[in-house]
Amino acid sequence: MSHGPLAPGTPVPEFTLKREDGSDFTRADLLGHATLLVFYPFAFSPVCTDQLGLYEDVLGDYLAKRSVSMYGVSCDASWSQSAFREKLGVSIPQLSDFEPKGEVCRAFGVYHPGGFPQRALVIVDPDAVVGWSYQAPSPRDLPGANLIFDGLDTLATRT
Amino acid sequence: MNELTSAPLPDPSPEDHLRGPAGAPVAVLYSDFECPYCGALAAKLRGARLRVAFRHFPVRSSHPRAWAAACAAEAAGRQDRFWEMHDLLFADQGRLEDPHLWSRAEELGLDLERFDADRRSEAIQQRIRRDFESGVRGGIVTTPTLIVGEARYAGRIDAEELHEHTGVPAP
Repeated sequence: MSHGPLAPGTPVPEFTLKREDGSDFTRADLLGHATLLVFYPFAFSPVCTDQLGLYEDVLGDYLAKRSVSMYGVSCDASWSQSAFREKLGVSIPQLSDFEPKGEVCRAFGVYHPGGFPQRALVIVDPDAVVGWSYQAPSPRDLPGANLIFDGLDTLATRT
Repeated sequence: MNELTSAPLPDPSPEDHLRGPAGAPVAVLYSDFECPYCGALAAKLRGARLRVAFRHFPVRSSHPRAWAAACAAEAAGRQDRFWEMHDLLFADQGRLEDPHLWSRAEELGLDLERFDADRRSEAIQQRIRRDFESGVRGGIVTTPTLIVGEARYAGRIDAEELHEHTGVPAP
């Protein structure tokens, strides 16, 4: 059951997600630079399309300049995620929480009882501690890119 | 891209492109000429009792031709033909390549040399960027997004719901 995303200040637990090439993406990959995790319910649902396309346009260069890595996370299989990313024409790398399904989403507190990730954003700081997090009121609500800028600002103020 | 932290959407102003009956409620519309739902909504809004303030929200990754189309509309606007170009763009969204934009400018009888210089100008890029950034800061994520008072209608807008709240004709 979802209990809301991990709160700021919470160390990220050990986890394993799959990259699109099948390799592991773990907590160790969060160390040394900030990371934005974009949890979304399903590949190919029309609303996700707009969300990731907009984030790529608005945040791509901005995050790159600040060495913040951005990833999309869902419970879809890696093949579906790659096809989805290619259809969108975006380069945001995808991480799959396919097996055991939803285990990492649960660990991050963003697993929807319907069997998919909530629409949530988590910024992890370079020490693998949650710096900021947000969960949309419902999976139908798309978090604006403005919220991510707010989140990054919060982090910058704190450090 | 600039830092686009949250900020309220700007109120409609004379700087927006406005169309609709005088005295009708004013709605703000964030739209994209390559977005099919925007095209469908544009058709519904014709003749509606709404005064629409049009703002550009071209998302390049999903709609690679949208930015150039927005520039063409703004360049037509410099010759007081924004809405005519708007209607021509939405009338045939399958034809948004450069020669198609050019032929629409010819069809409208624009000064073509000026049209071409304007659509490539920094002033027009800035104008579109201003609309886009105001939308991002106000939490716009998808197109079309129509804001009427406190209500926002976004994406695949439910025609019945829109009709109920605004009087925009349902199909």
